[in-house]
Amino acid sequence: MLAARPNNTTAPTMVPEMNDSEPANVNDTGPSNRHELAPALSFNGVSMVYPDGTHALSETSFDVRPGEFVTVVGPSGCGKSTLLKIASGLNKPSTGSITVDRSKVGYVFQDATLLQWRNVRRNVELLAELEGIGRAERAARAAEAISLVGLDGFENKYPKQLSGGMKMRASLARSLVLNPKVFLFDEPFGAVDEITRERLNDEVLSLFTRQGFAGLFITHSISEAVFLSTRVLVMSARPGRIVADYPVPFSYPRQPDLRFDPAFAQLAGEISHALRGAHA
Amino acid sequence: MSQEAAISRAFTESEVLAHDAHEAPVHVDLDAPPALTTKRQLSTYIGPLVVLLLFIGFWEYMHRDGMRRFLDKKPSLLPSPVTVIDQAFLDKRVRDQLLEGLGWTSYAAFLGLAITIVFGILLAVLMARAVWMERSIYPYLVALQATPVLAIVPIIYSVFGGSMSSRVYVCVMIAIFPIVTNTLFGLTSVDASQHDLFTLRRAGTFTRLFKLQFPAAMPAIFTGFRISAGLAVIGAIVGEQFFRQGQKPGIGIVMEQFRQKLRYAPMYGGLLIAAALGITVFFVFSWMAKLVVGHWHEATRRGS
Repeated sequence: MLAARPNNTTAPTMVPEMNDSEPANVNDTGPSNRHELAPALSFNGVSMVYPDGTHALSETSFDVRPGEFVTVVGPSGCGKSTLLKIASGLNKPSTGSITVDRSKVGYVFQDATLLQWRNVRRNVELLAELEGIGRAERAARAAEAISLVGLDGFENKYPKQLSGGMKMRASLARSLVLNPKVFLFDEPFGAVDEITRERLNDEVLSLFTRQGFAGLFITHSISEAVFLSTRVLVMSARPGRIVADYPVPFSYPRQPDLRFDPAFAQLAGEISHALRGAHA
Repeated sequence: MSQEAAISRAFTESEVLAHDAHEAPVHVDLDAPPALTTKRQLSTYIGPLVVLLLFIGFWEYMHRDGMRRFLDKKPSLLPSPVTVIDQAFLDKRVRDQLLEGLGWTSYAAFLGLAITIVFGILLAVLMARAVWMERSIYPYLVALQATPVLAIVPIIYSVFGGSMSSRVYVCVMIAIFPIVTNTLFGLTSVDASQHDLFTLRRAGTFTRLFKLQFPAAMPAIFTGFRISAGLAVIGAIVGEQFFRQGQKPGIGIVMEQFRQKLRYAPMYGGLLIAAALGITVFFVFSWMAKLVVGHWHEATRRGS
């Protein structure tokens, strides 16, 4: 679980190669890289029409590779959440297919969705419990995950005793316990205040650099998207499709001050421009 | 602070004065919250106590003057509270009779409630599992609920006689609806994303039921228990009063016997015992709910 991200510094330089969403295993740059570059999650011509006729997603293809953190921004109701529901297997796409190892997927919901009757420790243990992992093993994993998100000392608190930010941390810890290779985030920090959101962003980044998962993050916030990601995808209004794909050139670890860097502002501006285009 | 002291002083002046003299410096050091809690505690008890005293006063007045003046009835139809206590609770023979009645009534009510809880929760689980089940069963539960229990009791009497089991049937009939509806509501109103969480880990029906739906439903289930427990007591007494005679004379039967002998004081004693049983049952279930879900559920902690 604590395995360091395999090749931390290569992430930004990998980005340009990935823009054209090539099929897996084409980048045959060497035996060690081959495994690393196989997509952890790949959308192949996925579209989604709900039974009520809502055309949520038109044909969408993209890959998320290990060590990539891809963020999708788009106008409200453009099918961003549908994307995650399909990626996780909660929804079946109308056409197309996705490739992902479902047992290795972590899902962070819009709200913390903690079980109110369980304390933090037992909430964090939940997924391991559902997977049938033994008591001692899951207690150890939970303790580790709780430490990782900085909730030490709150193990025995119930959700109603926690602030919004702490609930989200507990929710992150809950997903970490299964050591996911693919982490899906469905606008997880939309409901917390700006200061807490920035701190949680730092938290997510430090988990990302430590754990080396592939991230797919949905958000409304361009600044959050640029700050977290190796790549930002812009979606059009419904039916959603990807209209722009921006590599983010900043290296990790990223400092909070990056948000005030002129290069950061410029990229955010470009994405914002593309997003306005997507609205029209 | 002064108001609170004044209220206390009205009861036991010397004690409060001594208490004040001793506690005064400590009180100065304390922050506002403890004072507030004391005040709240006082007002929690003072209010109901005043209403009780007013009620007893009104009762006494009706006995002495009101019955004749307003209703043109004999005062003996409403014995004074003191007479009731004297003849119903201080007389050993009457007291034993009433306590035996309390025993049988409680027996019928709790047996009925136990059956209702098992059967009601099973029904609710089935209804929560399948919409067609809910559609098929629900209308008849509403019909059962809407039918006055007094209209069913004679039928039960004709079929099963006045035995203990008849009383238990009445209890089940009157108490089942709140259990089923509250449990069903609790089981089906689990947050959709919490369900998604279980779906993502491919949780089976039973895992979902016992790790998600039942725990989430506990506050609602306990609300159902509390309402149904009260109704079960009512059902037991209604059954007894209709069946009248019986091998196991519950409080309703004992009251009826006293009424026939025109012994009104013991009859009112039976009424008070019946009320006490209902109140006790209500508080026991409130307390149990607090014990089981109080540490995580918001509403129970604020008191209900």
